[in-house]
Amino acid sequence: MKKILIANRGEIAARIVRTCQEMGIESIVVYSDADKDLPYVQQATRAYHIGESPVVKSYLNQDKIVEIAQKENVDAIHPGYGFLSENGAFVKQIEELGIAFIGPSWQVVEAMGDKVEARRTMEKAGVPVVPGTTDPINDGDEAIAIARQIGYPVMLKASAGGGGIGMVKCDNEETLKKQFVSTQQRAKMYFGNDRMFIEKYISPARHIEVQIFGDQNGNIIHLFERDCSIQRRHQKVIEESPSPYLTEQLREEMGRAAVKAAQSVSYTNAGTVEFIVDENGNFYFLEMNTRLQVEHPVTEMTTGLDLVRWQIQTAEGKPLALLQSEVQQQGHSIEFRLYAEDPAKFLPSPGKIKDLRFPDGEGIRIDAGYEKGNTVSPFYDPMIAKIIVSDSNRSGCLKRASDFFDSFHLEGIKTNAPLFKKILEDTDFQKGNYTTGFLTEKPQLIEQKN
Amino acid sequence: MKQVTASMAGTVWNIAVSQGDEVAAGQSVVVLESMKMEIPIEAETAGTVEEIKVAVGDFVNEGDVLVVLA
Repeated sequence: MKKILIANRGEIAARIVRTCQEMGIESIVVYSDADKDLPYVQQATRAYHIGESPVVKSYLNQDKIVEIAQKENVDAIHPGYGFLSENGAFVKQIEELGIAFIGPSWQVVEAMGDKVEARRTMEKAGVPVVPGTTDPINDGDEAIAIARQIGYPVMLKASAGGGGIGMVKCDNEETLKKQFVSTQQRAKMYFGNDRMFIEKYISPARHIEVQIFGDQNGNIIHLFERDCSIQRRHQKVIEESPSPYLTEQLREEMGRAAVKAAQSVSYTNAGTVEFIVDENGNFYFLEMNTRLQVEHPVTEMTTGLDLVRWQIQTAEGKPLALLQSEVQQQGHSIEFRLYAEDPAKFLPSPGKIKDLRFPDGEGIRIDAGYEKGNTVSPFYDPMIAKIIVSDSNRSGCLKRASDFFDSFHLEGIKTNAPLFKKILEDTDFQKGNYTTGFLTEKPQLIEQKN
Repeated sequence: MKQVTASMAGTVWNIAVSQGDEVAAGQSVVVLESMKMEIPIEAETAGTVEEIKVAVGDFVNEGDVLVVLA
């Protein structure tokens, strides 16, 4: 490949540009009105203005993206995460135009994007799934009947949902009845699909995912796990690898299950199999993300691999560079997602970054979408940067992270950096003793203001 | 006359009231979407909706007037 169009923005566009540069590949990026001053626009070989700031007029504008790809005669499109990355129709369209998609086939994207279909596929393949519905649910009465069989609390989810949107926990029949209509409406608005399903709500639970990779010759391996249990509003805040919870045996079992899941759909390129793990060490398939994950750097730091390079090589038809037995998990890595938001209320805080200083230090990697003087707009997700801290062991990571946040400085908008400082001081977190309920169960971590 | 203003920049996602409606203090009148989150904007005081200044899909800045109460 000689030229790649990156259909994304911010930190992930910058991340992909970096590997393109290292591989001698030209990178073409697109940007909206709001993003014209962001670093990735300058870093790419060439940048095209794509439209107004709202996503439907910019990063979701398939026609415009295809037009630029054709004009530039690119070999491939890298979708990053979010936006068009899991849009099967888009993947199909560009493949038919002879442009490679850096990701799996459109059939796999479509099959795994439909969460009910994905559950069914995994059940058939012998991968344990969260107890719940096999068929999509269309009305509230049906939902209630099924929830009675499963037992409360349950999670009501949109089949086309993801990223924490279109899902709600229901403790009883009354809540389920009330939530069904509004969640279904929201699913239709966000995803254009109102199919719903119900899963048993597992608690306490850990959210642990396995990175997998497949080449076009049918070889599939895993690159170990990431523990993503520290979340707010079902969205990840901190991720680490290895998971402080998993035993060697469970780690191996989950790796094997993830590979089996990927094999059942003849998976190619990078993907992630998400599992929920209960307090007894039982793990269940949650969903499969058919793209590069936000938190892929912790896998890179502990395996020494460049996943974007692997993605490009796989899309070129090259075989995987390593066998399963050759992949080593070494040291420890933790990622902190720096969000433009109030650390207490988790409410968005868009605005201008007047000053920004990331302290240097050994084992510190910064994947940033913004720099001093940029404005974080309200149009996209609130992530400013990912701070990835690595060391030979977990306690070393925690020390480095504490030092980092002690001298981290950002002025102009609110961020969740103060929350990270408190989490790092928490003894349960220090011991690796946490579940997805961590932030809601520890109100003392949330700053009390007013 | 009392005004309900946007607490942050965002896009108008939903308008929960109509002209002439009685609203109570603390009632959500408009939902904004900012950074992929839905932010309910509440009336600080009770009143009758006199005018709705925005439409669904409009972009508003922090401090912009959304609804005027009488």
